[in-house]
Amino acid sequence: MVRFILKRIFFETIPSLIVIATITFFLIRLAPGGPFSTEKSISPEVLTQLNAFYGLDKHLFTQYLTYMARIITFDFGPSFKYPGRTVTELIAESFPVSLELGVYALCIAIVSGILAGLIAASKPSSLRDYLTMSISMGGICIPTFVMGPLLVLLFSLILGWFPVSGWNTFSNRILPSITLGMVYIAYIARLTRGGLLDTMVQDYIRTARAKGLPERLILIRHALRGALLPVLSFLGPAAAGLITGSFVVETIFSIPGLGRFFVAAAFNRDYTMIMGTVVFYAFIMISFNTIVDVLTALVNPRLRSSLR
Amino acid sequence: MKKNGTYSRGTSLMRDALRRFVRNRLSVTGCIVLLFIITLCLAAPLLTPYTYDYQNLSSGATPPGAQHLLGTDILGRDLFTRILYGGRVSFAVGLCATLVSVLIGVAWGAIAGWYGGKTDTIMMRFVDIAYAFPFTIFVIILMVFFERSLLLLFIAIGAVEWLTMARIVRGQVMALRHQEFVDAAIGLGLRQHQILLRHILPNIIGPVIVYATLTIPAIMLLEAFLSYLGLGVQPPSSSWGILIREGTESMETYPWLLIFPAVVLSLTLFSLNFIGDGLRDALDPRSSRE
Repeated sequence: MVRFILKRIFFETIPSLIVIATITFFLIRLAPGGPFSTEKSISPEVLTQLNAFYGLDKHLFTQYLTYMARIITFDFGPSFKYPGRTVTELIAESFPVSLELGVYALCIAIVSGILAGLIAASKPSSLRDYLTMSISMGGICIPTFVMGPLLVLLFSLILGWFPVSGWNTFSNRILPSITLGMVYIAYIARLTRGGLLDTMVQDYIRTARAKGLPERLILIRHALRGALLPVLSFLGPAAAGLITGSFVVETIFSIPGLGRFFVAAAFNRDYTMIMGTVVFYAFIMISFNTIVDVLTALVNPRLRSSLR
Repeated sequence: MKKNGTYSRGTSLMRDALRRFVRNRLSVTGCIVLLFIITLCLAAPLLTPYTYDYQNLSSGATPPGAQHLLGTDILGRDLFTRILYGGRVSFAVGLCATLVSVLIGVAWGAIAGWYGGKTDTIMMRFVDIAYAFPFTIFVIILMVFFERSLLLLFIAIGAVEWLTMARIVRGQVMALRHQEFVDAAIGLGLRQHQILLRHILPNIIGPVIVYATLTIPAIMLLEAFLSYLGLGVQPPSSSWGILIREGTESMETYPWLLIFPAVVLSLTLFSLNFIGDGLRDALDPRSSRE
């Protein structure tokens, strides 16, 4: 078990991170234009000093090595566009906001998704099934940047139930969380339904039926446990989606999260901020995938042998 | 599958699949809606007297009516016209980028699956690492740092979406590699690329079509997302993402500017997803509902 985890970390997680950091570093540096080239013209002397201060005057490869050595200690350097702040500080400040939003959204998605899957699978190929699955399909087909404004239009501007934007009170958090969670309700509902239909034909379900258990109890207590495996392994990709999805939601609702910082950094060519966020996002996604893989293997006895 | 226990004469895989597909009401509805929208977009010059960038400030922000079917935006541009021309761009991006991703994905997966061994390990490890890469972020960086053009958009999106295709194709090819008809082909002395092209690829066309159909809506969504951020198609060109962004900015006063583009985009995505699901049920009976 421990060997499996260590192998994952040393042969997959760490190499992936190095590759990602390297690609991003050179991609940004090879692109035309620099961080100081866009706004009002700066005198050559100041530019030289700025370049010297940020180490941009050294050879590209030296810069690369310095950078790689620094990010090992989570030191992403100073931000180019927020003078006096380090990237690590900015991430530490804004990520908890994104995390909170993501956790709410995921909770909404898991609860409603599993519920929808149960309802649909309890009577396959019926009107109930089609209706539930079609509605939850809406989450996939109506993008967040459509759903968000529409929810604001209806609940904030017309009905006046929730504030339009911001992140100060609890009522601020409801619309963004729903918007972000909607996307995953559909996926989780489909996975739950598929998993349930697969388990419902297994022998142990027949045994449960033969014991005379009511159908609802079989569905919830016996079938659901086996059916949730695909849902569990979906949580890895879902975490990735929640991160990228939060760019839009944070922009729409003006939430001071990391997603908004990243989009702003990309537009401002804030080198260190972009690098920092990309490496940080990659770190989170890869760790999450590793954790989910280990969990899936632990839960599923058939995969457990691959752990040794 | 076969209902009365007999294979009727001349039922090919494709005809069989078509029969199953037509029986699925949701996907047929999806097909009709999609064809309707595509026809409207293609026939745009015949249907409206305006061009997508024709401005008439004196009739700015007119609500839907006889003169302008879906109203106009703040600059007096006809929304119906802009939706149709935007649709052309969105569909073009969806189809071209899907084509790019299918070509890369099939070639990559087929080579990895066919040769196996070290080749396979290296190629698939690359895919694994690429999977962990936050790709939306990658596309955003590309679009910000390089000159924005439709071509770059195709390449960036296509380069992102081929990974899953490669995995699917590799799995299929590996399963087929040791089948008897492949042994027969080898025994006949066919070259490797001949076997791959003539014997293996035709056998995996089903899953490829299904996954490609499901890739189109994903790509159209990504394009709309990039355009919404201001990184995709550039104004005054029109695309559904741009229209939705413009609509969001003025939704309090002119809600139709948000609602119509949003409805058209969502309808298209719904149709494409239903068609994809229908095709999966039709072409891959193992995973169908029954």
